[in-house]
Amino acid sequence: MDHASDILFRTLADPTRRALFERLCREGEQTVGALTALAGVSQPAVSKHLGLLKQAGLVQDRHEGRQTHYSARVEALAPLNDWTREMGAFWAARLDRFEDLLNRMDQ
Amino acid sequence: MTAAEPQTRSVVVERDIAHPPEKLWRALTQPHLIAEWLMNNDFQPAVGHRFTLRGEWGGVLDCEVLALEPPHTLSYSWNHSHEDPAFDLRSVVTFTLTPTDGGTHLRMEQSGFRPTQKQALGGALHGWTGFLARLEQLVAKVD
Repeated sequence: MDHASDILFRTLADPTRRALFERLCREGEQTVGALTALAGVSQPAVSKHLGLLKQAGLVQDRHEGRQTHYSARVEALAPLNDWTREMGAFWAARLDRFEDLLNRMDQ
Repeated sequence: MTAAEPQTRSVVVERDIAHPPEKLWRALTQPHLIAEWLMNNDFQPAVGHRFTLRGEWGGVLDCEVLALEPPHTLSYSWNHSHEDPAFDLRSVVTFTLTPTDGGTHLRMEQSGFRPTQKQALGGALHGWTGFLARLEQLVAKVD
């Protein structure tokens, strides 16, 4: 495994970090406070995890006043993807929907 | 930097569909129908028309109609700009419809990526839920 993938795996191997990252993917940008409220760990611990996610390139931060907002950089997962396989799966799923639509359409 | 020509890759998906080509053509070229199976869009069936496809994940694809031969061939560019060249995506999607006894043979080809672009949008397009589920299985094997 190459270096970039290795860092990604190590970073996401921790369930708390993975949960934080998934939440940012699902819900978009969040403040540290909002993330802490649901993380089940202290704010310093959340900040530390976010720092590691940032080092891995998985999140980015934005400062606004006294608040720090974090958002996911989903493209950071890219080294783990096999492009052709992923796109093939994407189109297969979309064409399933295409056929469903055709079955619902009038002639 | 290398002077070698970048190699392109392509993804091909083919299906036999029990509906006539004209009906497939409508689903491929009418914006409200495209939105139902692909993504939100401002597509117009005119060569040279520029439009965007907007994914649920927030990504935006920049597209341009390249070829339009109803009800046989539809081709458009499928690009995603990114400040990091490794994630910059330049590709072309071509749908080819061939009438068959039972309906239509549909061929979808997406081509034009360099190997360095293999990462790009794949996972994002596929939907993160499924990807992260697999990732979780993978990380379980690490350490």
